[in-house]
Amino acid sequence: MFRSLWQYRHFVLSSIYNDLFAQFARSKLGGLWVIINPLSQVLIYALILSNILSSKLPGIDNKYAYAIYLMAGLLAWNLFSEIIGRCLNLFIAQANIMKKMSFPRITLPTIVVGSCMLNNLLLFISMLGIFALLGHQFTLAMLWLIPLTIIVVTLALGIGLILGVMNVFVRDIGQAFNVILQVWFWFTPIVYPITIIPEGYRHLMQLNPMYSLVDAYHQILVYNQVPQLQSIAIIAAVACVLALIGLLLFRKASAEMVDVL
Amino acid sequence: MSLLSVQNVGKAFRTYKSEWHRFANWFGLKIKPAEEHWVLRHINFEIHAGEAIGIIGQNGAGKSTLLKMITGTLQPTEGSILINGRIAAILELGMGFNPELTGRQNVFHAAGLMGFAAEEIQQAMPDIEAFAEIGDYFDEPVRIYSSGMQMRVAFAVATAYRPEILIVDEALSVGDTYFQHKSFSRIREFQEQGTTLLIVSHDRSAIQSLCDRAIMLENGLVVKDGNPEEVFDFYNAIIAEKENSTVEVKQLESGKVQTSSGTGEVRVDEIALFNSKGEVAEVVGVGELVELCVKVRVYQPVESLVLGYGIKDRLGQVMYGTNTWHTEQVINHPQAGDQYMFKITFPANFGIGSYSVQTALVDRDTHLTANYEWLDLALVFNVININKTHFAGCLWNEPTILIEELGK
Repeated sequence: MFRSLWQYRHFVLSSIYNDLFAQFARSKLGGLWVIINPLSQVLIYALILSNILSSKLPGIDNKYAYAIYLMAGLLAWNLFSEIIGRCLNLFIAQANIMKKMSFPRITLPTIVVGSCMLNNLLLFISMLGIFALLGHQFTLAMLWLIPLTIIVVTLALGIGLILGVMNVFVRDIGQAFNVILQVWFWFTPIVYPITIIPEGYRHLMQLNPMYSLVDAYHQILVYNQVPQLQSIAIIAAVACVLALIGLLLFRKASAEMVDVL
Repeated sequence: MSLLSVQNVGKAFRTYKSEWHRFANWFGLKIKPAEEHWVLRHINFEIHAGEAIGIIGQNGAGKSTLLKMITGTLQPTEGSILINGRIAAILELGMGFNPELTGRQNVFHAAGLMGFAAEEIQQAMPDIEAFAEIGDYFDEPVRIYSSGMQMRVAFAVATAYRPEILIVDEALSVGDTYFQHKSFSRIREFQEQGTTLLIVSHDRSAIQSLCDRAIMLENGLVVKDGNPEEVFDFYNAIIAEKENSTVEVKQLESGKVQTSSGTGEVRVDEIALFNSKGEVAEVVGVGELVELCVKVRVYQPVESLVLGYGIKDRLGQVMYGTNTWHTEQVINHPQAGDQYMFKITFPANFGIGSYSVQTALVDRDTHLTANYEWLDLALVFNVININKTHFAGCLWNEPTILIEELGK
């Protein structure tokens, strides 16, 4: 699997490149749209919710704290949901080419991961620019984002592959998961701080793997602190297991997938 | 060692009562599918380097499923396919072209999809550009291309590297006639360099001129594997096959295989070729006036009777053919026991070689509505050059050549 991936590396790279540039080929602002979309989301939440929520962000005195908090959470969530969203419909969207051409199928999810990570990197860079404007400081703790990104990607890829493969056979999964993804978003402390959840229910958040990851992003980007490594390690293990199951399922299903596409 | 070996391959499309049963199967739980639909079964053949093979069969015979398994997009349900070499397929030209990217970028991408590295593509790029012959359009976005230009670029990429096996689908009619010739000669070139061709087509002349072997599929089985002429005769017979019609194949003394088919209401009793002296002849001279006599007997009354005949060269290409429908000599309401003698006179204006006559007794202009009897290789004769000037080709077309000296 991995050897054929290496052989097709050129195809993967050019696909990632095409994904980014073809998307905006005839738009004036071009690649800026990659950044504008999530940032406008930040702006909307910041405008609407900041008055209600900003006072409740503890331990930070920057008056733009809420905006920074939002951006940190969205940076993690966007990567997660983009990979899952694209994996869900990946094989259905590429049905034509899968039916007609013979190439290693593993390149398809690889392209998704590559192109989503690239988008995420662009978003991160632009966020850094905004942080600088808002007077927020940078620290070496940000290096923790590298392993964290890998964990988010692994988790998303695992879930995305499992659901994407199943979605080929049972199309309801794609529809259902889009709804679930929205609910999941609101059940993860991204637009609100964890503190607004009643004390008694807070431990339930531990069941949400994205909670620990988003929290770690918050620790790093908002509070400039090293994240809690213990819960992250558990999530990393979960992510690896899911990704392995996903790859296994993908391998088993590859043969039959084309039959029903 | 064979280039491609298809061993007892079968393909079934499975439907399960619930898709969860399918998922369970991947994890080792053996749940029987609710329905198994076999499109291909027990397919066996070997292909060697440099062969050119035509695959024919009616719609739904399983041709494309077989090709997809050979290219690797579909996995066989049973059996195995062993391949020694690279396969390229001209199946869907222009697959995965992105309209927003330029021709050059798309070529880069498409060649990547074929598994080539950046340097290899860079190296082949000038050739691809030259072969496509679309000039400055090569650096314009594909969305402004005409469909012909897209095809040119697509064909150029698909054949940029010589594969060991080239699969050519029906859609060989790429763009304009000029480019068709060009693509055809590229395919020929590959063949000369040792590429094995696998061609799917209904076009008899394309297959007979390119292929030295044909495989016919019918209802998911290989029903015939042999030289193209023989297989195509069988194919035509199958198409004409109706209720209570029989297809008979027999080996002639010459080693060729004769296919006859039909419902049998009317049959050819005797067939003979007479030379200009009125003698039965197996060898005639170029341009000699000959007479083809076909004696026909009616066994059951039919509405109408038409005799068609065709003269084919040794490759099975029809040199000339017509029938009594076109010549407005239809026999109406022949009765059982009636006999007819058709005397067909024509000059043997053929090139040197061996020719065969096929006959068809039908009800109108095609053999598809009613086919009383279809007989391939009903008669074989040779044409030799006795008294004409030397010439090449398959047609005697006497010229007058006038040379005028124009001075200096």
